Amino acid sequence: MSFSALLGELTRIHGVRGALVVSREDGIVVAEALMEGIDGRAVAALAASLSGRVAGLTRTLGQPEPVFWQLQASDGMLLGASGEEGLLLVLVAAAEVNAGELRLQLLRAAERAA
Amino acid sequence: MSIDDIQMLTAQLARDPSSLVFLPLAEALRQRGQLDAALAVATGGVARYPEMAGAYDLLGRIRSDRGEGDLAFDAWTTVLRLDPEHVGAHKGLAFLSFRAGEYGRCLRYLRRAVELRPHEASLRAALVRVERTAGARKVPGFEQPVPDPLRALEADPGLALLVDLRGQLLAGGMSDVAGRSAGEAVGAALAGISREAERATRLLGLGPWRRLALEGGPAHFELRTPTIDSLLLVTRPRDVPTGRLALLADRAAQTARRWLEELR
Repeated sequence: MSFSALLGELTRIHGVRGALVVSREDGIVVAEALMEGIDGRAVAALAASLSGRVAGLTRTLGQPEPVFWQLQASDGMLLGASGEEGLLLVLVAAAEVNAGELRLQLLRAAERAA
Repeated sequence: MSIDDIQMLTAQLARDPSSLVFLPLAEALRQRGQLDAALAVATGGVARYPEMAGAYDLLGRIRSDRGEGDLAFDAWTTVLRLDPEHVGAHKGLAFLSFRAGEYGRCLRYLRRAVELRPHEASLRAALVRVERTAGARKVPGFEQPVPDPLRALEADPGLALLVDLRGQLLAGGMSDVAGRSAGEAVGAALAGISREAERATRLLGLGPWRRLALEGGPAHFELRTPTIDSLLLVTRPRDVPTGRLALLADRAAQTARRWLEELR
């Protein structure tokens, strides 16, 4: 499945404002599907940086990197899931989304994002 | 402000969305009770100026008027992160605390506001009123037991940790997979994560962050911000349902918040 098809599926979920495939190492956008007004490069850089930080935490505890993280804020959320080959799938979503569904779909997409 | 003035500011903002007129415009709409419109204008301003304490203060007032106490609290605590001496935020948080019946917390915010503006008579009068209200509700010989987060956090030693924003340990502990204490290293990592989360949510216009959940490996994690200057990490093995872990973290954060406020 192509990245654009994968991201297209994710952005069809209610409340999703943008979906990106990002290089985890340098935070560069590999593919994106964004609503107007969302800065893909900023999302990619910030998500990759946060992903690196959370990986540092679990490494400190002798554990593998998280496969999924969800940052919840008052007006929205940012979610990340690790894919193969150093890729990170990122979603920007509204605060009132079905977080459980989003999590499942993102994890499934990350498995296919090889 | 007249309707003509509001229309003029609206037109000005439409011509130049980066204009700071969103501040008087949203305030005027708030004062006229047009809270949906005020919220839309203020939210746009906050997204455009995520480092401006005054924009979040305005958002706090609008949220408070809408009866959205939690969101007003978030807005005003963000103000204090950006500007710890912002009197408006201290007043706003005092008001929210008073409305919630949390007089001790209300007094702390009000006293700080009076320290910052010692000549403001209305603030001093408010402080006196709240002191009387709080005092009148005390029952002689009865003291509310001080909550002890250590008891809540350390029911399972090594699975919950409370640190300040510099990563210094406040309570609890965290062990690595070999069972060795890793609290200090985890505290340092949490300080970095907090800065990164703060930066991401602010720059993306998502508002103040409240929760970070991590999954993968033999354990899952939940990170909370019990107060504006503390972080709480709770972990459990992956077979504990994520919803239950989130609930545990919420409860521990509530207890930690009370404990920290008592300490101060």
